Amino acid sequence: MFPKGTKRKFSDSGDEPAAGGEDVNQPSSVAVRMLSSYSLQRQSLLDMSLIKLQLCHMLVEPNLCRSVLIANTVRQIQEEMTQDGTWQIMTQALSAANAAAQCSADRLVATEVLCRQTEATQGEQVLKPFPAVGSEGCPAEEEVVVEEEGEGGVTMSTVSPQAPTSYLPGTFGMDPCWEEENGEDEEEDEDSEECGSGSEEGDSDRLVEDSRTAEQVFGTFEIKNPAPSPDPALEELFSDVDASYYDLDTVLTGMQSAPKMGPYDLLESLSSHGPSPLSSSTSCRSDLNELDHIMEIIVGS
Amino acid sequence: MGEDTESSKVNHSFLRDYVTEADVISTVEFNHTGDLLATGDKGGRVVVFQRETVVGHKPKGELDQVGETGESGEYNVYSTFQSHEPDFDYLKSLEIEEKINKIRWLPQQNAAHFLLSTNDKTIKLWKVSERDKQPEGYNLKDEEGRVKDISTVTSLQVPVLRPTDLMVEVRPRRVFSNGHTYHVNSISVNSDGETYLSADDLRINMWHLGITDRSFNIVDIKPANMEELTEVITAAEFHPHHCHLFVYSSSKGSLRLCDMRASALCDRHTKLFEEPEDPGSRSFFSEIVSSVSDVKFSHNGRYLLTRDYLTAKVWDLHMEKGPVETYQVHDYLRTKLCSLYENDCIFDKFECVWNSSDSVIMTGAYNSFFRMFDRETGRGVTLEAWRETSKPRAVLRTRRIYTGGKRRRGDVGVDSLDFTKKILHMAWHPEENIIAIASTNNLYIFQDRVSPDTQDPDLGSNTI
Repeated sequence: MFPKGTKRKFSDSGDEPAAGGEDVNQPSSVAVRMLSSYSLQRQSLLDMSLIKLQLCHMLVEPNLCRSVLIANTVRQIQEEMTQDGTWQIMTQALSAANAAAQCSADRLVATEVLCRQTEATQGEQVLKPFPAVGSEGCPAEEEVVVEEEGEGGVTMSTVSPQAPTSYLPGTFGMDPCWEEENGEDEEEDEDSEECGSGSEEGDSDRLVEDSRTAEQVFGTFEIKNPAPSPDPALEELFSDVDASYYDLDTVLTGMQSAPKMGPYDLLESLSSHGPSPLSSSTSCRSDLNELDHIMEIIVGS
Repeated sequence: MGEDTESSKVNHSFLRDYVTEADVISTVEFNHTGDLLATGDKGGRVVVFQRETVVGHKPKGELDQVGETGESGEYNVYSTFQSHEPDFDYLKSLEIEEKINKIRWLPQQNAAHFLLSTNDKTIKLWKVSERDKQPEGYNLKDEEGRVKDISTVTSLQVPVLRPTDLMVEVRPRRVFSNGHTYHVNSISVNSDGETYLSADDLRINMWHLGITDRSFNIVDIKPANMEELTEVITAAEFHPHHCHLFVYSSSKGSLRLCDMRASALCDRHTKLFEEPEDPGSRSFFSEIVSSVSDVKFSHNGRYLLTRDYLTAKVWDLHMEKGPVETYQVHDYLRTKLCSLYENDCIFDKFECVWNSSDSVIMTGAYNSFFRMFDRETGRGVTLEAWRETSKPRAVLRTRRIYTGGKRRRGDVGVDSLDFTKKILHMAWHPEENIIAIASTNNLYIFQDRVSPDTQDPDLGSNTI
């Protein structure tokens, strides 16, 4: 059944303007109300979709059909938002929010988005979604802590889910679930493929990776070249990933009887082996260490 | 299953509500004669029911001569076996569920019955056979099978077959593994009796029933760059008569008919069935609700039946531009899509079935309701598969959802629908009007009883 206290949906809110006894001399206010309720509706749908994609099915491989449908929905919303310019507004709002990073100590809900202009995509805005919701006692029970090294240092904003306007989900090129960083932020590398994570619905540990390619959630089902990450912090995070799994020979010898699987298929099946061995506890721990480290930098202590 | 249905006076509700996850039925299928009914569950078990041959049961067509009602045989448990075990994919560090996604029977060729069952990754061919005789009187072995001391053998005897109690043996005959990277959602036996297809989210393979170490890949929609993936395969089926034709459905609501004679890899369809989207009704959920969850050829091979979230559609194989019939299964949910998206119900995959003469289609809904549509009149009825309201042999009453207007007694309001009670899996007997409906861990079998007084068929129930 539907949970109690569900936000009124668009179909219900459609009745609002009519019931409100509005002044006929101000039809625009009705339109504005309808529009903003539509925007809120759309925004909440976007949030919900991104959370769904993040949901961590650690044990069983998630349903690809469901993920594809949710991803398509997110893409559709993002396109619509780009068209009516809402995207721009949110981008700016978020940049402002980034500057004043608020930490909610008890909840540690880190919802981050990094907006970045890239030279290669001539003025087109590329946004990185980090709908990372990591918390102690967050009702959604997801622990995804995401951080990113952006230009000029780490930007991190902590936003509570009740303030959807400051939450900017981000792009399409969307990648709510992330893979490991390839180290070089400005690297223009279409084929820089990062190792996929265990499932597209979020391992707890996600590093956002700067990529301008349309990187999607199903990127996790595909492995690409395991890119070496020169950054020592990242090295530490991925130190427990057994590199031998990326050795094709090892895999091939183990799969002699596989009938139709060529090397490409094997690579794919390796893909989700990437960060998946990282259990949530170890990754959260290392994430929190990183977080502390980064907070120190920001605070300048 | 197998619970006492007569104890309706005792309040067993607290026991009933406790459903073991492993007992949830995940697939139901009649064999080609309808004498056997197989169910698969989330725990990887298969239960086969057999219709009992009742003395005096006359074949279809002579029903009116047998007493006041045509008393058909009931279905009783014939065999139970563990088809799939939980597995672990070591490369991906992910569990492989043992849940049986689909069961398909092979046409019977000898005394034994064969069925294919599949979980997410592996398909198995099982042989179900009866043994009611046993050889006795071996010379070299005694009755327990121990080797006799040669010196005690003084004469030779010829072993004879003696009747014993009926035993049903189930043995795995083939295991078709490592064919799929993604989750297998469909299997379909070809009319040639030798091959079958298995479909996962991105690929369809064709196997020979006798060869387990290789298969042909006949459809591959995996993009070179997974980031471009926007569509997956949701169901696939061979044509009932033409061994070269098969159809597969996608998450975008399209159906593709492929001819294997055209090329080895059928990535290019022969026909594409797609209904143009109504721009006026577009919403964020349009694509999700258009995703086809099941596709079935009609028995005569001329039509396709598809189910998407809100409707069931009948397509004519000769007309690609749209369905010839559209049936609203639960249109009252159209305004609730956001909530259904939130609680994930919008991703539920309902099955749909034809009756034997292709004149009626049936599909499931929520609140233990299922719907039947008569194609000739276009009328639909809502029926309920719920123990509280149906005793054995009771006649099923039609139900109504209250969506406005005059409310009648017994109408159910949309907001009081129980979305955890969903009828996803069902089967229709290939020749008679007997249907099997799976509702979580219960299997309901309803039979059509044509009463001699009127021509209206009622449905009697038999709960297992």
